Amino acid sequence: MMDIWTTLMYSLTFSTVQRALIATPLIALCSSLLGVPLVLKRFSLIGDGLSHVAFGAMAIATVLNLTNSFLLVLPVTILCAILLLRMGQNSKIKGDAAIAMISVGTLAGGYLIMNLFKSSARSSNFSADVCATLFGSNSILTLSTLDVWLCAALSVAVVMFFLLFYHKIFAITFDEDFASATGMNAKVYNLLLAIVIAVVIVLAMKLVGALLISALVIFPALSAMRVFKSFKRVVLCAVIFSVLCALLGIFISIPTGTPVGSTIVAVDIAGFFLFCILGLIKRRRVHP
Amino acid sequence: MSQLACENLDLGYEGKTVLSGISFTVNAGDYLCIVGENGSGKSTLMKTVLRLKTPMSGKILHGDGLETNEIGYLPQQTVVQKDFPASVREVVRSGCLGRSGMRSTYSRADKQLAEENMERLGIAPLAKHCYRELSGGQQQRVLLARALCATRKMLLLDEPAAGLDPKATAEMYEWIRKLHADGTTVLMISHDITASVKYASHILHIGKQSALFFGTKSDYLQSEIGRRYADLGGIQT
Repeated sequence: MMDIWTTLMYSLTFSTVQRALIATPLIALCSSLLGVPLVLKRFSLIGDGLSHVAFGAMAIATVLNLTNSFLLVLPVTILCAILLLRMGQNSKIKGDAAIAMISVGTLAGGYLIMNLFKSSARSSNFSADVCATLFGSNSILTLSTLDVWLCAALSVAVVMFFLLFYHKIFAITFDEDFASATGMNAKVYNLLLAIVIAVVIVLAMKLVGALLISALVIFPALSAMRVFKSFKRVVLCAVIFSVLCALLGIFISIPTGTPVGSTIVAVDIAGFFLFCILGLIKRRRVHP
Repeated sequence: MSQLACENLDLGYEGKTVLSGISFTVNAGDYLCIVGENGSGKSTLMKTVLRLKTPMSGKILHGDGLETNEIGYLPQQTVVQKDFPASVREVVRSGCLGRSGMRSTYSRADKQLAEENMERLGIAPLAKHCYRELSGGQQQRVLLARALCATRKMLLLDEPAAGLDPKATAEMYEWIRKLHADGTTVLMISHDITASVKYASHILHIGKQSALFFGTKSDYLQSEIGRRYADLGGIQT
């Protein structure tokens, strides 16, 4: 026990770890904020779908030897987010099928492209590269100061967006038809939501990798919904839950050497079960 | 000038016409029931009136001081709402949002209006309760209060009694009758011919592809289609 403590204290003196400790809670905060409307709108899997899109775009960026892959990944992901949220409304391919289609399509495409052009890509360690993009590996510990600033700026933007449009987000999530019928421009708010989701997902990919992003989006929201019954409380609880789980995950992973992303997700899952039990106890006290 | 006039509407989607040549007018203080079989396009008509869908041809005119976004709407329950964590107050207040423009908080007047409407519909004691844990009748009243926050002038109700037990159904119609008596124009889609004939002042009967009847209730009960339909509901004409 003492050993773990000293390792942890020692590792905290590294600036890489400090940077990770700033960026991780910020990403956790953003993804949980958006998670609530997404889960309620039955778009839980959009995180999964979009992260695969981001993976595909990342593969192309690697092949093209782009110095900053963000410039390609972000616009492509935003475009797909808009496409998916619009498709959900009225088209022949329904919401979940559209997500599944885009998700596996881009995943396969990205892997294929990386494989075909692996000689021209910068990195010689091909499978480690793919693994890192899919599972996040320890890349959170290699963030540069610029990454952290970018993370902070985007988090501020996401939180501002949520605060400014909080009531509108509630309205279009609860009842989009009513909102548009009584004069709200629901389409614009849906579009904004799609853009913000795409940005958050590209950010979160660095942390947990493409395959585990959904966990950061859905677990805080689902856990909060077990216990709380008003929209406001669910949002607040999801944010606190997510930030605490992310910090706990990072503190566990540093001394034990487990991968950061999957450790955070494991903590999230444990938290979810805890909240399920809390919810049951609460219900029993109300209706004995 | 009437509050709402539809002229020669053709409705449909993906190039397929569902209804054609629909014309009717609604004056302030009317209580119009839209009746017809399942799949006859009643909901499509309602969505068009709310401007959620554009008609394939024809015109929808607003007048008598009614703006396009001044139609309150009571939609049918969606799957999303069944397990939505929201308090009654949160839902009712959201009715005010159509007017608020870019403002990010509710004004004092909006909050006041929400409290008044909860009071009117007898759900003020439930304000802090969770919407999904209410009974069907209570949920409908919450949505009715929300619609009243959007406007007092005209309400569009899509099968307000769907899924309610007989007692809750009767209560629901009674609430709507009260609102109508207070001067709100009511447009209601209904399967319930008994209730339609009991409460409505006007009837629009939609059949396959086109409107079969539009006029006052007494004319409807004299007409052949009205008599045939009313017989099904066991009503003396």
